[in-house]
Amino acid sequence: MSWVNAVVQGVLLGGLYALVAAGLSLVFGVMRIVNLAHGVLAVVAAYGALVLGRALGLHPFLALLLVVPAMAAIGYLLQRGLLDRALRGGELAPLLVTFGLAIVLQNVLLEAFSADNQRLSVGALGTSGVRIADGLSIGWFPLLAALTGVAVIAGLGRFLARTRTGRAMRAASDDPEAARLMGVDDRRIYAVATALALATVAVAGVFLGARSTFDPAAGATTLIFAFEAVVIGGLGSLWGTLAGGIVLGVAQGLGAAVDPAYGVLAGHLVFLAVLAVKPRGLFPSAVTA
Amino acid sequence: MSAPLLEVDDVEVAYGDAVALPGLSVAVAEGETLALVGANGAGKSTLLRTVCGLLRPRRGAVRLDGDDVTALPAHARVARGIAMSPEGRRLFPSLSVEENLLVGGYARRRGPWDLAAVYELFPLVAERRSRPAANLSGGEQQAVAIGRALMANPRLLLLDEVSLGLAPVVVAQLYAALPRITGQGTTVLVVEQDVHQAMAVADRVQCLLEGRTVLEGPAERIDRTALAAAYFGVAR
Amino acid sequence: MTQLDAPRTAAGTGSVPRVRRGGRAAWAGGAGLVAVVAVLGYLPYLVSRGTQVDLVGLFALVVLGTMWNLLAGYGGMVSIGQQAYIGIGGYGLVYLAETVGVDPFLSVPVAALVCALVAWPTSYLAFRLSGGYFAIGTWVIAEVVRLLVTQVDAVGAGSGASLTAFSGIEPLYRIAFVYWMSLGIAVVVVVGVYLLMRSRLGLALTAIRDDPTAASSAGVRVTRAKRLVYVVAAAGCGLAGAMIVANTLRVQPGSIFSVDYAAIMVFVVVIGGIGTIEGPVLGALVFYLLQDSLADLGNWYLVVVGGVAIAVTLLAPRGLWGLTRGRVELFPTGYRVAVRR
Ligand SMILES: Nc1ncnc2c1ncn2[C@@H]1O[C@H](COP(=O)(O)OP(=O)(O)O)[C@@H](O)[C@H]1O
Ligand SMILES: [Mg+2]
Repeated sequence: MSWVNAVVQGVLLGGLYALVAAGLSLVFGVMRIVNLAHGVLAVVAAYGALVLGRALGLHPFLALLLVVPAMAAIGYLLQRGLLDRALRGGELAPLLVTFGLAIVLQNVLLEAFSADNQRLSVGALGTSGVRIADGLSIGWFPLLAALTGVAVIAGLGRFLARTRTGRAMRAASDDPEAARLMGVDDRRIYAVATALALATVAVAGVFLGARSTFDPAAGATTLIFAFEAVVIGGLGSLWGTLAGGIVLGVAQGLGAAVDPAYGVLAGHLVFLAVLAVKPRGLFPSAVTA
Repeated sequence: MSAPLLEVDDVEVAYGDAVALPGLSVAVAEGETLALVGANGAGKSTLLRTVCGLLRPRRGAVRLDGDDVTALPAHARVARGIAMSPEGRRLFPSLSVEENLLVGGYARRRGPWDLAAVYELFPLVAERRSRPAANLSGGEQQAVAIGRALMANPRLLLLDEVSLGLAPVVVAQLYAALPRITGQGTTVLVVEQDVHQAMAVADRVQCLLEGRTVLEGPAERIDRTALAAAYFGVAR
Repeated sequence: MTQLDAPRTAAGTGSVPRVRRGGRAAWAGGAGLVAVVAVLGYLPYLVSRGTQVDLVGLFALVVLGTMWNLLAGYGGMVSIGQQAYIGIGGYGLVYLAETVGVDPFLSVPVAALVCALVAWPTSYLAFRLSGGYFAIGTWVIAEVVRLLVTQVDAVGAGSGASLTAFSGIEPLYRIAFVYWMSLGIAVVVVVGVYLLMRSRLGLALTAIRDDPTAASSAGVRVTRAKRLVYVVAAAGCGLAGAMIVANTLRVQPGSIFSVDYAAIMVFVVVIGGIGTIEGPVLGALVFYLLQDSLADLGNWYLVVVGGVAIAVTLLAPRGLWGLTRGRVELFPTGYRVAVRR
């Protein structure tokens, strides 16, 4: 039963990884930027919720009402202020700039909050769940996190497929100059994409911060897990990312069931194995979204 | 006489140090169809890209209906009524045909053109509406590109090399649609290497050579031999 | 085979071009460089042990910067996982010298060779990714190496190990020997990259950087050239790792595999000037000189490092060396075409 449990928990965790990865995927899909600060930004959001909890006594989920718009605004400004310029600076510039940003943010957090472990408390929701069988129960919180991941991915997919702005985003991703000829302000569209990505990563950060402890350096693993979910699933497909997140979560769960020290390593090894045998990911998509 | 709808006034356009247009002027009256002809590399596309805002002139001005739009970015010119079907079609390959058209209407003005009107103009496009744009034949792609530009309901429609790489019969079909577009009062600036096609559809023809006007006049009064000479730059 | 045309002049100048490398300034620069190395070589007779230990840190920065520049500036590969090879180099030295019993000075190049041997098959995995995903992929690989090393009891698992193989040598000599070794490695690495860039590989890399599609259709084997760069950079970072451990006599997984090394390499290369031989050397010097004042800043230290890297990338992408605008050129890799009119 403990194996079944490991798989079930892994699936739920995978939904959360997909939630983190969705924004990374979106920004890459639209602008071909890999935002190396993506993980740290999730952690920034978690600290944001922590501060709001301490200062105003807000429950983390209520804090989301402030943290999400704030992160979206930061994303918009980040794109207009830094990343737009970086995009014009050649292929390496966006990587150097976002990596620099990751270093800066992580160490600002370290200065502001010290290296102490923190955790967001969601109250009884964090500990209660439903018992399915002996040794197998599903916590409400992990379930909520996974469902949120699915909902965000579905919402992003619909947004890209059905809305005027979503279509413009895909058009600008295909051919920014031609999009400009259609009246699409590609720079504004990029800023909207980054804002959306940061809004989703804010949700992800708060869920991650409530699921387990975090510290200023947690952005590194967050970015890596998101990236692994994207690559395992196959670049350019949001649903693939969800599947990739689940594969990663299950691998980590099973690894940890063998020995707690092997959880993360097992995830990495599955990632490397996928890279070796199916470099386009397990669920490659024909059409980039 | 009122100001022309489009007035390109002595623009100098360069790629880095290479000057493509040393100081070119072009005017198109409202409702008129002007054909810009010239050999490969004459500067026709450069002019269209300057008109739609993808290129900034180093000198000179672009005016639309008397308003100076030289400083306006390309995306803002669409709302003013300039739309282009660019050289090489440039459809969005990952979008369906219909989505391409919808993006064309992203900054649409009020006017006669919408999905239904474009589908009526190009029935073949209607049949392909849900296909990815990447899976169309060249002629179909060109029809979508024209339809996509029309979706903005432009006052000035720029068409760059409609005939490029297409069979003559397909080209004829595409140009057969032009009267229905101009019939709505749309002003058209068409760039063609196919001089006969250009002369057939245009009210006026202007021939470029190395970024300069070497011949211009009403289509029906242009002398073919003189035009051929101007086109290739042999002694005038 | 790689086929590259010699640079051509613009059509229509109607004169015969003379292609040459460098110029008088380069010869003067080269002579100055030899003098600097000679002075540095003599330093152990003049300066304290502490200063020598500090300078080994500088030489490691020079090596790391030069290797990262080879990867990113010449090979177009942004890696944030070179700490994998820094760690393998450091641990390799400890394992070879302590457990296997190889002479520690000999262990240093052998550890670098091990890095190259690990990097070669690894490149087949890493090269399945490109751009930013390649960057994170290299980081994952570094994490995997770190996690595996922390499972190995022979090298102290999670707590690390000490290098005691030098204990037979008088500290005075040990420090001087390590200093000379590190200086030698730094010189070899910098000159080696210079020679590499003047070779056919250098031409191929320049062609790839300028236009990968054209380069591959012109017969440049893009992947092979990049793989060679990746392997060489791994060996170089291994040398740096071994230098660091030989200098501090201690290796710990948390610090030798730290991603902070990636931040430092980016800083050194970007500040100095990416895509030049001189840039990373200059950048290493700047970082070294700033280190003490930076250390006083506590956590702000890396904030400054990251912030400056962003600012330079956006505002002065050619770095400090770029500010000289080619007036000085110590290592002429570029061709100059002089046209007589
Ligand atoms: N992107 C570009 N970069 C540099 N030169 C260009 C570019 N595009 C066009 N040119 C040059 O500008 C001149 C005019 O080109 P173009 O406007 O494309 O001509 P046409 O459309 O009449 O064939 C040519 O000499 C061409 O080589
Ligand atoms: Mg053209």
